[in-house]
Amino acid sequence: MAFIPHTPDDVAGMLEVVGVQSIDALFDEIPRELRAGVLDLPPAMCEMEVGRLLAERAASDGRPLNFIGAGAYEHHIPAPVWAITTRGEFYSAYTPYQAEASQGTLQLIYEYQSMICALTGMEVSNASMYDGASALAEACLMAVRANRAASSRRILLPRTVNPTYAQVAKSIAGQQGIVFETVDFDRSKGRTLLESLQPYAGQDINALVVQQPNFFGNLEEADQLTEWAHQHKILLIAVVNPIAMALLSPPGQWGSAVGGNLGADIVCGEGQALGVPLAAGGPYFGFMATRMQFVRQMPGRIVGRTVDAEGRPGFSLTLQAREQHIRRSKATSNICTNQGLMVTAATIYMSLLGGEGLSRVAAACLQRTADLVARLCAISGVKPAFTAARFHEAVLLLDRPVAPVLAALARRGIFGGLDLTERYPELGHALLVCATETKLDADINAYAAALGDIMQSSRAAA
Amino acid sequence: MAELQAREPLIFELGKSGRRAGTQFPPQVTGSAEIPAHLRRAAPPLLPEVSELQVVRHFTRLSQMNFSIDTHFYPLGSCTMKYNPKACNSFAMLPEFLGRHPLGPEPQGFLACMYELQEMLQEITGMQAVSLTPMAGAQGEFAGVAMIRAYHRSRNDLGRTEIIVPQAAHGTNPATAAMCGCTVKEIACDANGDIDIDALQAAVGPATAAIMLTNPSTLGVFERKITEVARIVHAAGGLLYYDGANLNAILGKVRPGDMGFDVIHMNLHKTFSTPHGGGGPGSGAVGVGARLRPFLPIPIVDKDGARFRWLTERDLPQSIGRLSGFMGNAGVNLRAYIYMRLLGRDGMVRVAEFAALNANYLLKRLQAAGFEAAYPTRRASHEFIITLKRENRLYQVTAMDVAKRLLDYGFHAPTTYFPLLVPECLLIEPTETEAKEDLDRFCEAMIAIRREMEQEPEKLSSAPHTMPVRRLDDVRAAKQLDLSWKPAA
Repeated sequence: MAFIPHTPDDVAGMLEVVGVQSIDALFDEIPRELRAGVLDLPPAMCEMEVGRLLAERAASDGRPLNFIGAGAYEHHIPAPVWAITTRGEFYSAYTPYQAEASQGTLQLIYEYQSMICALTGMEVSNASMYDGASALAEACLMAVRANRAASSRRILLPRTVNPTYAQVAKSIAGQQGIVFETVDFDRSKGRTLLESLQPYAGQDINALVVQQPNFFGNLEEADQLTEWAHQHKILLIAVVNPIAMALLSPPGQWGSAVGGNLGADIVCGEGQALGVPLAAGGPYFGFMATRMQFVRQMPGRIVGRTVDAEGRPGFSLTLQAREQHIRRSKATSNICTNQGLMVTAATIYMSLLGGEGLSRVAAACLQRTADLVARLCAISGVKPAFTAARFHEAVLLLDRPVAPVLAALARRGIFGGLDLTERYPELGHALLVCATETKLDADINAYAAALGDIMQSSRAAA
Repeated sequence: MAELQAREPLIFELGKSGRRAGTQFPPQVTGSAEIPAHLRRAAPPLLPEVSELQVVRHFTRLSQMNFSIDTHFYPLGSCTMKYNPKACNSFAMLPEFLGRHPLGPEPQGFLACMYELQEMLQEITGMQAVSLTPMAGAQGEFAGVAMIRAYHRSRNDLGRTEIIVPQAAHGTNPATAAMCGCTVKEIACDANGDIDIDALQAAVGPATAAIMLTNPSTLGVFERKITEVARIVHAAGGLLYYDGANLNAILGKVRPGDMGFDVIHMNLHKTFSTPHGGGGPGSGAVGVGARLRPFLPIPIVDKDGARFRWLTERDLPQSIGRLSGFMGNAGVNLRAYIYMRLLGRDGMVRVAEFAALNANYLLKRLQAAGFEAAYPTRRASHEFIITLKRENRLYQVTAMDVAKRLLDYGFHAPTTYFPLLVPECLLIEPTETEAKEDLDRFCEAMIAIRREMEQEPEKLSSAPHTMPVRRLDDVRAAKQLDLSWKPAA
């Protein structure tokens, strides 16, 4: 029997101890009329058969050459990362409620929190959220709790923030009546316009969200935007890419030190790039960091270092009075289980790469994307959409509809990017492309050759 | 006795300036791409400077400071800590699955698995449709309550903002209600653990949005009056929400849809054995009856002829929307799918049967050893509650002391102090994958601990004695916050 260790003798002996004739008698408190009939499910398969089935399905999905980013990024994952992460002692443990028997997981989370603080330049980090999008939703809820200067529930959300994040923030935070005001972007530079914020000056606004690099891959003028927010007593929520943090000014340093207000107030983002595979969209993990003054408003688990009864250092879950299992309806969030295993992978990844390795990865992403844009824009009918400095993504404009071009590329085994036509119709035939350090010259050449070919043959056909 | 790795320095303390794990660095690139000076970081982030072997050794040693299902019996009530089959992980980590970008053309092989998973979950729960999007149980709850609100709103029934929960509900239930802008009304249970029907009758009314129930309840017993509860709540215009935390107890025996529930979330990381991962990732798939179907969170997998595709906003304009950046915890869902194929129809029913057998056996043995069941007249579901209030009075030992002492005997502690309404309680869930010998060893440890209570209670109050650390100073942890490592000045 699959994963059931009982022998017939065990069952007989156990039933005798319980004092019933059959296993079915253990369900005698369920009203008869509610009892289920035989379920319409497939019969069991052995491991070999299931392995064959899954291998066939995986093979049918193939291994395309991928140039899509848009919030999930293909990076090299060092061999030790998942070899260690899938050790049963990490994989099959649970939330470290019994601290003495969970020091491994607890210390790891403390190290993770330290690394997120180092990357973002913030004072405190939690133990993770579900993913980047839901982390932004929670950051918005947190900002409403934390900003005592504002009494409204209005949050400024630029259109350069990942549109799916905006949808998720609305689905989640909208339930508590939070209203999102859309802020437009500069059509030529592809970044948030300070002038678009001006109408909100002096209004009762809770927070401004800034994504760096933004959804188009462009770099926002983060210092200006942060200063503007703080001048108007608005909290600044930063959404950042953790790999880019190796090269970019961290949110903890944004804005100006004047008035003791240096830095973003809440930082969140998608952690997937740190050693977590693309895996069709999950599981990933969200990270969240803030100033010490807001730590009690932060959702999620937090690990602290303390001492044991003999004065030796040890780790435990702390500030639990914020959480649902203690505070119930007054908790900062309903989050319970988060993304512990993904945090394990990310902590190992960051340890292996270190500051220099991460900078090397980021620099390679920057250069590879610059190379890709240069090669693709050499093709007739392809040009860059924006002139702002960028990190590892770029919006390209085609002289024809994007979808058929992407479909033709896919037939050649290339995922050529994300079609932005529906998300940003005003941009025209816009395509978002990405190249990370995993894209070598040969890959970029293959993409450019295929695209050149497709553009030419479809022009010939027209 | 439990043998765990002793203290391990912080990874930062192992580092040395100039040490690198160079094999993991990407090839050097040539080119002139640069970040503009005013946006550039002044100095690289302060991460560890360690070798690859140091990393491997450090994290391997940290893993050895943990209890886990793979190494220890882990009867943590309400969490269903059963064996996580290795095949589920191996097959979910096939390179084609791992390499797939979520925004590429829809991967037919992967989506076929997700579609079949939806169908199987529908059948098991007796619901009409399933969305795999929620990323944990609490997010599934959020989706459920948001759908309930959307349903009432769609009928222009705007005053329904109250969620009723039993006193013993999981903390996530009231927290979720609050996240959805609802207020919470708690109702009592009777002495046998069933819902107090009079209290329910008094609680429902035109403001009732729904009742959230776990069945079997958090008290470890089946809610026998469920049909009456459903009738009362529906008659008052409310809906029934099923918290699937304890679904393991009833797989194939009774279906939430047949009990009258309108919406359910499942914890795939409990019932369908995906890993708990030291605190996630979970997956909180939701199932609904016909009334709530239009409001399901997206994306959902659908089949158009032979082709699988994601349903989006366009297909479900009344959806409560998106809850994740992509497709929820796709890889967790894939592991659950593999588990269900390995078990099949008969294996699924055996889960509930042997979970119930193990729980009832362990309960009877502990009772015979002098421990007091919280609900002695009731069958255990897949878990049960022992109360130590007598031991607390006689020997001044607490449930926490017993929990910590169990660690010394090599057992992860049961859930303690939940549900809150049973004093000094241990919520014990052995799961179906534990052998009789392991249950017997656990009983023997409890008997030995009982003897220690009488003869040397200080052994309990100062436990654990064999872990990497002794009991931790939680007050200091919360007062003198030390939440991240900083280099010595």
